[in-house]
Amino acid sequence: MPQEHIVKSYDTELKHLDRLIAEMGGQVETLLSSAVKSLIEYDEKRAEKVITDDKKVDALEIAIDAQATRLLALRQPMAADLRMIIASLKISNDLERMGDYAKNISKRVKTLTKVPLLSSTGRSIERMSKMVAEMIRLVLDAYFERNVAMALSVIKQDEDVDLLHTSMFREILTYMMEDPRNITACTHFLFIAKNIERVGDHATNIAEQVYYIVEGRQYDDGHLNLDHSSSVIAEK
Amino acid sequence: MSIQQYIQAPARSVEKPKIRASSVCVSYGDREVLHNIDLDILPRRITALIGPSGCGKSTFLRCINRMNDLISSCKITGEISLDGANIYDKKVDVEVLRRRIGMVFQKPNPFPKSIYDNVAYGIKLHGLTSRKEELDQKVEKSLRRAGLWDEVSDRLGASGTSLSGGQQQRLCIARAIAIEPDVILMDEPCSALDPIATARIEGLLHELKKKYTIVIVTHSMQQAARVSDYTAFFHLGDLVEKGDTETVFTNPKDNRTEAYITGRIG
Repeated sequence: MPQEHIVKSYDTELKHLDRLIAEMGGQVETLLSSAVKSLIEYDEKRAEKVITDDKKVDALEIAIDAQATRLLALRQPMAADLRMIIASLKISNDLERMGDYAKNISKRVKTLTKVPLLSSTGRSIERMSKMVAEMIRLVLDAYFERNVAMALSVIKQDEDVDLLHTSMFREILTYMMEDPRNITACTHFLFIAKNIERVGDHATNIAEQVYYIVEGRQYDDGHLNLDHSSSVIAEK
Repeated sequence: MSIQQYIQAPARSVEKPKIRASSVCVSYGDREVLHNIDLDILPRRITALIGPSGCGKSTFLRCINRMNDLISSCKITGEISLDGANIYDKKVDVEVLRRRIGMVFQKPNPFPKSIYDNVAYGIKLHGLTSRKEELDQKVEKSLRRAGLWDEVSDRLGASGTSLSGGQQQRLCIARAIAIEPDVILMDEPCSALDPIATARIEGLLHELKKKYTIVIVTHSMQQAARVSDYTAFFHLGDLVEKGDTETVFTNPKDNRTEAYITGRIG
């Protein structure tokens, strides 16, 4: 929608909502990369910071909800404006969940530092988190540019994350079978891998909201769920 | 009907429009103000006509009961039919047509007569009854339908103009429905009313559509969104977009509709 509103202050308020989403998205990107870094480097201090910084993300969700509610009540938005505001409510909710997953990873880091090291899994986690970080970056760009093609490519990328998650699940099970002393660390790694995979799912949700804002209809779920970790069995 | 039949039945049977406008063009002198309007208005639904000032929505509304006949420079081509019969046919008696298509205006305009006579006037004029008892019943029924009875039943002899603006407008609605029309045309019926009186009229519209086909012109998009089933957007004499109200307000197809309803052109 290139044209401006007749009432300029309406544009200002919509832009403010966009700015809040940009800020929240940026915070979540940092949070996730920082959480993964704290894992790779077994850095408890960094993990601690992620846990406290997640509160900023929560506060931004509240700010976005308040701004969206305000716009609904005071401007009676219609059409694309209405869709953008409804989507902002959902996107802030998705971003908040992503922040929670980053926080959860950091909490596990504090536990993992107390048990034997398992460095090979860390690398797979790092690889997966890079894929997901790229998805977050891309989906936020798709949102600001109202770019459906970019949003669809995010949905596509989630398939790779799902595949990687399934293979990591297998890998971690194997480590457990090799040596029962790995079980504590491996269990936490299973959850960490799942957390990152879920962050990818939320990025996909945001991509679907971008589709909704631009096209005016819900995204018809055409993307494949390639996460088969739920059917993986440990074999000798 | 078995479940199988129910599933296989078409989702919505095709309803015959109450009013059908085809290729309607209207000009005042040399100036064409409506270009090729095609619009179906379904029975017992509320159709809202929206658009910026001068877009032709009121002109179109006035074509439906031939109010524009009163303007000598106004020329209309194309066809408007009511239940399949062309209302511009030479054989059509305009008085009879207007009995079937009533109208409520922007400013309440009760006759300077008693509340009772305001409603009874049309009934007597059209010779719908001659018996006093029946007339009383019809007046009461109309006032009840217009949601005004409880407020005026003890002072039917008082002047219509002594009522509040909102009450006067409901009196005009009672007067319009007293002669049992099929269609009610409303030209900005709430623009002179406060929000409470507006809400009462909107609530009333919801009741009235069970029996009547309603076409409403409104400047308030929120009102169109609240009350109507179908919305038609006019712009510079063109009917730009028509569709069910929900779609028009959440996902309009035309950029001009989008710009208008989101407050970008006006």
